[in-house]
Amino acid sequence: MSAPKPLTITTPGDREIIVTREFNAPRELVFDAFGKAELLKRWFNGPPGWTLAVCEVDFRVGGKFRFVWRGADGVEMGMGGTHKVIERPERVVRSEIFDQDWTGGETIGTAVFTERDGRTTLTQSVVYASREARDAAARSGMAEGMEMGYQSLDAFLADQVAAGA
Amino acid sequence: MASVRTLDATFAALADPTRRAILARLALGEASVTELAEPFAMSQPAISKHLKVLELAGLVSRGRDAQRRPCRIEAEPLAEASGWLENYRQFWEHSFAQLDNLLEELKAEQAVAKKSTKRRNAKGDKA
Repeated sequence: MSAPKPLTITTPGDREIIVTREFNAPRELVFDAFGKAELLKRWFNGPPGWTLAVCEVDFRVGGKFRFVWRGADGVEMGMGGTHKVIERPERVVRSEIFDQDWTGGETIGTAVFTERDGRTTLTQSVVYASREARDAAARSGMAEGMEMGYQSLDAFLADQVAAGA
Repeated sequence: MASVRTLDATFAALADPTRRAILARLALGEASVTELAEPFAMSQPAISKHLKVLELAGLVSRGRDAQRRPCRIEAEPLAEASGWLENYRQFWEHSFAQLDNLLEELKAEQAVAKKSTKRRNAKGDKA
């Protein structure tokens, strides 16, 4: 059996970031791992060295959720929001905002789960709600539409380093 | 952390291959618009247009020399963009690796549950 497809990050629109990842499990399981607090506590720990210190999930339309991650140095990062759409095992839409609000206002997060041959592909998009962010992007002439994967940026930066920048 | 506004402009600017090539050239040292236009088989106005996008995104600055107005690369927004994406990637990659483990455990639990249900049903049939 081939290895599951790795994580990809793309920024296809002027307000959107999309993360995709394949999991070697049926989508009911993956979906529940995203919606049930007792399961989230077992994996949603964030970056290396961090833990999920607070995990409160009222998994109903209109229900709120709140996560707080804690780093090794005691730094905390909190975010919360409200569930807008819950369609098990296919789709969840929720509003999200970080305590520090570094996203320039509330964002809308959508998770779509598709299953094929016993594997589940998760497509997560985050759309920034701020007009300011969108306008800044429009001014910089990206109306032609862009497909800027992390890897091309990575390759570009590597080239730059190789070039002795 | 960098504002989304800045990052959007950075990503938009980097989305174009010509603009990435311009940045790669400027990484070697500053250059005038004429010098930049040379390897690209593009008109100077076309290059200037790309430079304007890079300038608005803060990725390139122009010197004061009125004649040449040399272009130079500004490293900070690039570092911010790659740093932000790197944090984002690490957050999800690390979490998803743990989710992979959890899913394996859940699948194993389900398999055990199915077996014991079958066994119970089988016993029920006999009874």
